[in-house]
Amino acid sequence: MNSIIISHGLLLAGILFMLGLIGVLIRRNIIFMLLSVEIMLNAAGLAFIVAGSKWAQPDGQVMFIFILTMAAAEVSVGLALILQIHHQFKTLDSDAANKMKG
Amino acid sequence: MKDLLWLIPALPFMGAFILVLAGSKLPRAVAAWIGAGSVGVSALVTVLVGIDFLSSSPAIYSYQQLLWAWISVGNFTPNFALHLDALSLVFTFVITFVGFLIHIYSAEFMAEDEGFTRFFAYLNLFVCSMLILVLADNLVLLYLGWEGVGLCSYLLIGFWYKEEKNGYAARKAFIVTRVGDTAMAIGLLMLFQTFNTLNIQAITAQAPLVWISGSEAALTIALLLLGGAVGKSAQLPLQTWLPDAMAGPSPVSALIHAATMVTAGVYLIARTHVIFELAPTALLIVGIIGATTLLLAGFAALTQSDLKRVLAYSTISQIGYMFLALGVGAWSAAIFHFMIHAFFKALLFLAAGAVIMALHHEHDMFKMGGLRKKLPVIYWTFLIGCSSLAALPLITAGFYSKDQILWLTWAGEKGDDWFFFAALAGAFVTSIYTFRMLFITFFGSEQTHVGRPPGKLITIPLIVLAVLSLIGGFIELPHTFGHLTLLSDFLNPVLPSISLRHDAENMEGIMQAVAAAVAMLGVYVAYFFYLKKPELAERIKDYGKGLHQFWFNGWGFDALYDAILVKPFVFLANVNKKDVVDKMYMGIVSTTDEFHRLFAFTQSGILRWYIMGIVIGGILILTLGLMIR
Repeated sequence: MNSIIISHGLLLAGILFMLGLIGVLIRRNIIFMLLSVEIMLNAAGLAFIVAGSKWAQPDGQVMFIFILTMAAAEVSVGLALILQIHHQFKTLDSDAANKMKG
Repeated sequence: MKDLLWLIPALPFMGAFILVLAGSKLPRAVAAWIGAGSVGVSALVTVLVGIDFLSSSPAIYSYQQLLWAWISVGNFTPNFALHLDALSLVFTFVITFVGFLIHIYSAEFMAEDEGFTRFFAYLNLFVCSMLILVLADNLVLLYLGWEGVGLCSYLLIGFWYKEEKNGYAARKAFIVTRVGDTAMAIGLLMLFQTFNTLNIQAITAQAPLVWISGSEAALTIALLLLGGAVGKSAQLPLQTWLPDAMAGPSPVSALIHAATMVTAGVYLIARTHVIFELAPTALLIVGIIGATTLLLAGFAALTQSDLKRVLAYSTISQIGYMFLALGVGAWSAAIFHFMIHAFFKALLFLAAGAVIMALHHEHDMFKMGGLRKKLPVIYWTFLIGCSSLAALPLITAGFYSKDQILWLTWAGEKGDDWFFFAALAGAFVTSIYTFRMLFITFFGSEQTHVGRPPGKLITIPLIVLAVLSLIGGFIELPHTFGHLTLLSDFLNPVLPSISLRHDAENMEGIMQAVAAAVAMLGVYVAYFFYLKKPELAERIKDYGKGLHQFWFNGWGFDALYDAILVKPFVFLANVNKKDVVDKMYMGIVSTTDEFHRLFAFTQSGILRWYIMGIVIGGILILTLGLMIR
């Protein structure tokens, strides 16, 4: 089995993480922000997998299962919040929700 | 009976205490009874104590009553102790008795006023402080009374505080007298440094042993004490507050600013006369201040149009006579004139107050006129007061007291021809302005409608004081007729008698004739210019308009002090309004303010900014972690 060079794997994970981060920072649509967060989570998961395969340990894959579970929970909560925001402000613009009260 | 001495100041204090506490809840009649009653009982106790003091055998010259130890710091242990001797007995009698009459008068005069109980509370507190002042056995207690009367004077000048100028007059009186009080406080500290005690009797006993006559220390202390006396007694150069003090109600002017408080300076000098005798220069300065003040105030009184201001300037002038008498060492003559002056000046102020009340608070003499028929009781009592003030010969008390001063300024050992001429000129001016006031107010045609004539509570004190202004002088008669020396004999144990120039004996009759002639001439001049030919007086007034204005403003002292003291002070205050020291604290404030603005700016509520913050923070932490490794 051809092993992947670890630096390539980590570089891919880093690029994915940066793409996700930029997405969170520049997007105003709150759904896209949530998507970008998911990309960042998966980038972190990828880094774990790559590291696990490098040292031939199962811990990386165990960690990835955790992240996957957490991401599922987070998305459900996040989507619920987005629904509420949409209901309240009639928009998906995150800047519309910049006030404490209401 | 002598052990009742403590009741004399305690009764008015209790009166003030009750009135302050119960205050507005008391009905007016009860408040008046408490106010006047406490002083009345105090006067009664004074009479009892006085009789006991005079009739005790063997004869005693002083009586001490230790109430309690007041302060005890190291060897500085002033007691709360009262000291009664002839001098303080005379003062106590005048304060309680005249004070009582004025309280009775006030019960009617102030009847309509909303601050009725407040007025009596202040007045009682004043009487208490004044009694403490004259009965104090040490200078610290005297100073307590001294400041107490200053406070009450302030409160009562500004009694009608809703008018701004009254508050200004009150502050002016308080601040100007404070100048003198500061000098006096320094003098007291220096006295303590020298004698290690402030007990008056101890100091007067030790002073001749410690200082030789004319020593510099004695001179310094005497001048500092004189500073206090000058401030309180409204003498040159601190006299400017008294004319403005007339903003208070008339009974206040009568009691505080004529009869009692303003003579506290005379009392202080008489009380510490041993120190002044050791400093002949200071004594000479006392005489010069007295002579100058009596002339300046006399001329200023000539031009006033406000009835009460005439009386205010005449008070300054008459206290000038007392200072002059003190300056030539005629101690008992000064006290004699103080007593007679208290009677007739209280009478004049009360009568003036009654006139002003009857004319609906009109102060201007030129709007009065023709009151002789309308207010006969006030006219006759006012006439008696005026005669006494102008020292009309033989029948009035003022003649005997003022004549004694005139005579002793010339014949006394420390006397001086210039002092005599100043006093004589002052007597002439006095009788002119006094009868000018009388003629303008009570003669001529009626200008203002007379309201309700005064009731019994006003007329009775006036009549009592008028009788005293006539017969009060007979306790002390000159050598030329009668030769009676009740008062000076009585005061002799406290105040030494004056020795005369050796060549002076035969002149007394001539001097008296001159003084009497001058007083009568003054009356005639006033009659000529203000009754017979008023248009002539107007012409002279127009002719000397500048001088008239100058005298009207009290010789421009207010303007002078305004220019050299008030304006520079206000200027400096304005410059320093933005305090340099404040800069540091203001810096702290503005820095916190800036940070607040910065941090508030980051709390924008925009989610992406927060994420950016987290990212930047994360990068910083990572970078630092890597670098430090």
